[in-house]
Amino acid sequence: MDGVDILIVVGRVLAVFVLLLVTTIFNVWLERKTIADMQNRVGPDRAGPFGLLQTVADGLKLFFKEQINPSKVEYGMFVLAPFLAVIPALLLFMVVPFGRPFTIGGREVLLQGADLNVGVLFILAMSSLAVYAVVLAGWSSGSKYPLLGAVRATAQAISYEAAIGLSIVSVVMFSSTRAGGTLSLAGIVESQAGTYLGFLPRWNLFPQVVAFVIFFLAIIAETNRAPFDLVEAEQELVGGFHTEYSGMRFAMYQLAEYMNIFSMSAICATLFLGGWNGPTFDGQIPAWVSAVLPTVWLLIKTYAVIFAFFWIRATMPRLRYDQLMQIGWKRLIPAALVWLILSTVAISVRQFGLPWSA
Amino acid sequence: MSGLGAFLRGLRVTGKVMVNTVFGDGLVTTKYPQEFRQKPQRFHGRHVLNRYPDGMEKCIGCELCAGACPARCIYVRGRDNPSDEPVSPGERYGYVYEINMLRCIFCGLCVEACPTEAITMTHLFEISTANRRDAIYTRQELLMRPDGSVPHMFPDDPLAQLAELDTADGWLRATAPSGVAAYEGVQAWQGTPGPASWAPEPTQDERDA
Repeated sequence: MDGVDILIVVGRVLAVFVLLLVTTIFNVWLERKTIADMQNRVGPDRAGPFGLLQTVADGLKLFFKEQINPSKVEYGMFVLAPFLAVIPALLLFMVVPFGRPFTIGGREVLLQGADLNVGVLFILAMSSLAVYAVVLAGWSSGSKYPLLGAVRATAQAISYEAAIGLSIVSVVMFSSTRAGGTLSLAGIVESQAGTYLGFLPRWNLFPQVVAFVIFFLAIIAETNRAPFDLVEAEQELVGGFHTEYSGMRFAMYQLAEYMNIFSMSAICATLFLGGWNGPTFDGQIPAWVSAVLPTVWLLIKTYAVIFAFFWIRATMPRLRYDQLMQIGWKRLIPAALVWLILSTVAISVRQFGLPWSA
Repeated sequence: MSGLGAFLRGLRVTGKVMVNTVFGDGLVTTKYPQEFRQKPQRFHGRHVLNRYPDGMEKCIGCELCAGACPARCIYVRGRDNPSDEPVSPGERYGYVYEINMLRCIFCGLCVEACPTEAITMTHLFEISTANRRDAIYTRQELLMRPDGSVPHMFPDDPLAQLAELDTADGWLRATAPSGVAAYEGVQAWQGTPGPASWAPEPTQDERDA
């Protein structure tokens, strides 16, 4: 490993960082515009073309605002918690491949923060770590509403992480029939190349549709979005865990939330919708276009998932807490377990034949 | 499974609204400082003190408007007209006329109470001020100029809607104001005799045609 390799690694990490920040600015705007359209409104349109710079303006405002320290906070944890929210949100996207690896000057460049061979586990770890930020924020605020929000966050995260994990397990097992078994997201994406019957893309979505539905519902809950946003239920808990936060610390929670949405949607697109796979148009388009095209495919798929997030948020009322727990424990987890068993049986039969056929 | 059906139906509703807003005419909000809505004729906006076409003030200082005002925001003082240079055709005229716009509820009872139709309302509603003192309108701000135009508090403001001051509100009259028998029993919008002139009501012959 020489200097150029290190530069490439730094460049990859910077690319992920910039991509997340830019898409966050865009996503906040997109969400506000989408929901405005669904409510017959105009939405933000003052700052910049189509109001695109509204998020930048809001961010700048928060950056220059005072960071209030209420008298009863546990100061250390109170300051630390926003960073604990942002760091896992940034790391979450590191393992997602956002383009086809290409070779330049004899070196292979991965369009991915880091190709971990335990990528899926890393995702589960980082999405669990994000809960610590919420819990510590709620506890260290020294106030009852944040504490209630934090307690809700704990229970919610534990319930829905199980569903996420189980649905991912069935995807990993399924892709092991194609790519020899890997937890690396790059491997899972490559296993989805090609088509069924010549026209249907070989996405995991089609054989694993139940896992997809479970995963999608669970990531809405995991990112604390409506209708599962009991953690920050405005009508009940003021602002939830970030009630006592102001200025840049508050902005960091918002940043983390939107980065999590983007990352989780990208992971959803990677696991189920074929990642950066898509029509390549080999030989018909300039080389630089075909180099960019996989990234475009991934972004289109990711934004389809993100749009579904926004759509559901504009449509559904917030669940009651017992309904949230019921959906998690009585519907999603049993469904994920049954689906895991079914797909395991199907995979085994395909690989080893029926038990009595020996 | 009925829950899933309800879920999808809900998504369809918001989806339809979004399509209608983006591609159709579903948008219900206007970009206000750039776009204006046509206000209804009866819209109650800022008041104006009228003059007769010869320049005489209509107000006779009777204080009926102040008595009718439920918000007690009108203060009037009448005074005898100087015999050599009368201000109004009556015996007296309102030499002090103040309306506190912060208290006014724009109910229009002063307009109804006025025996000479001296006080009417316009369509201007952008009357916010930077301090409370500016919200108390006196004769200076309320009184129409001899040429029939109405003074605006902040005429240089880029957002000032000067034309709205020349639009009087309307009221519903069961019969025509002129008392012509041909209009008997006809309900029609009629502008208060303010600075504006509405299109004249059609005569019976025009309506029959």
